Amino acid sequence: MNARKTVELVQVHVGDSLPELTIHLTATLIVGGALASRDFTPVHHDRAAAQAQGMPDVFMNILTTNGLVGRYVTDWAGPDAVLKKVRLRLGAPSFPGDKLKFTGSVIAKDEASGVVGLEVVGRNSWGTHVTAHVEVRLAIARRG
Amino acid sequence: MRAGGAVEVTGDSARLGPGGKAALRERLQSFVGRAIGPAAISPDPVNEPMIRHWCEVLGDRNPVYTDKEAAARSVHGGIVAPPTMLQAWILPGVEMARPFAEQPQDLQKELHRILEEAGYPAVVATDCEQEYHRYLRPGDRLRATTVIEAISEEKATALGIGFFIDTQTTFRDERGEAVGTMRFRVLKFRPHEQPGSTSSAAPATKPRRLRVPMGHDNAWWWEGIRRGELLIQRCTRCGKLRHPPRPMCGECQSTEWDAVASGGAGTVYSYVVCHHPQFPGYEYPLVAALIELDEGTRIVSNLVGVEPGAVRIGMRVRLSIEAVDEEMWLPLFRPAPEE
Repeated sequence: MNARKTVELVQVHVGDSLPELTIHLTATLIVGGALASRDFTPVHHDRAAAQAQGMPDVFMNILTTNGLVGRYVTDWAGPDAVLKKVRLRLGAPSFPGDKLKFTGSVIAKDEASGVVGLEVVGRNSWGTHVTAHVEVRLAIARRG
Repeated sequence: MRAGGAVEVTGDSARLGPGGKAALRERLQSFVGRAIGPAAISPDPVNEPMIRHWCEVLGDRNPVYTDKEAAARSVHGGIVAPPTMLQAWILPGVEMARPFAEQPQDLQKELHRILEEAGYPAVVATDCEQEYHRYLRPGDRLRATTVIEAISEEKATALGIGFFIDTQTTFRDERGEAVGTMRFRVLKFRPHEQPGSTSSAAPATKPRRLRVPMGHDNAWWWEGIRRGELLIQRCTRCGKLRHPPRPMCGECQSTEWDAVASGGAGTVYSYVVCHHPQFPGYEYPLVAALIELDEGTRIVSNLVGVEPGAVRIGMRVRLSIEAVDEEMWLPLFRPAPEE
């Protein structure tokens, strides 16, 4: 399924919602994400180290959260979209066994630059894991 | 003083000595505006195996990261790295798991060490803002310089008490051109005690509301709640009612008192709807209301069973003592039935 559609600027309006995405939080994703981002801080792969910090288990590192936010946006916007900015605030930690549900909406659109502003929220059973503001340049319809 | 190592979580800032907090603050502020050390250099150039590994783990199937032909047809004209990987290219890897004291030192670590010694051992990232000037391509080699931008005053947070530290990192390519920037905020803190965290097999349990501090002066009031009564303290000398519970009458300074049970009817005197910050264990939006009981005293509580937008000052409400988890009962308020 690599023939992916690209969302074009003209198709997008302020107030539009992005399709939801639910991610199952496995230990594989949390530990694998930390290591794929070369973040070997023990709290992200060693439960005892996480518990010494008062956490019940290993928890997702910020790079993985960042990567999932980016993925959520380009899953929707398609391969010709260009991420310009991702600003995120972390809330409730994400632990193995939970689910992380992303929702998003278009909050700004600049016709001249083709950049749209999105608000993306990722929630798990503890509450809001991440609130992100993302700027992405969308594809402009190619003529001919 | 030994660098790194175990730090007592119970340590309080009092052991910093007289004027300790001011001295600590001053010491922390001396770090602001300084680069943490020489530039971090990416150990590997941007490369396809690391990109593919990242995309596999995160389930990112955007073909511009892994499919040469699709990438060539895209706006990028060839394989690019996910921009959100920016920091991954310069992280030191396994070294990060070594004891702190054994890691190569820089100003940021020095700052963290000072805070550990002052009784703030834990760290968590809270904010990250990345800007991408261009997408990275296989073969790019990065160097990153990081500056300590700001250090907050001591703050009480849902995780514990600590300091927010802001850094700004600029990533440059081999030609010295900035390809991206990152602002990062961490909280360096002293965690709250976590009951039951000693069991390594403990499953992730849902967080609960903050526990109520209970002592000699208010335990009787909470026992009333458990019996289903909202008690109001009454001065037995002058008859004045008071809440929250305290040992002395503010009116006549008598320490003699008894209590009467409230009828449970009241009016919204004032309220706020809390959206952020969201503490684990609470449902949001959360309506925190100051209720004026018909007896005349006021009590801070939560208003439930009502849309936050429908709450009004002057609204009639009714007490409802409810269990919020398996061990905690709270006097909450709900809109009163039509009178």
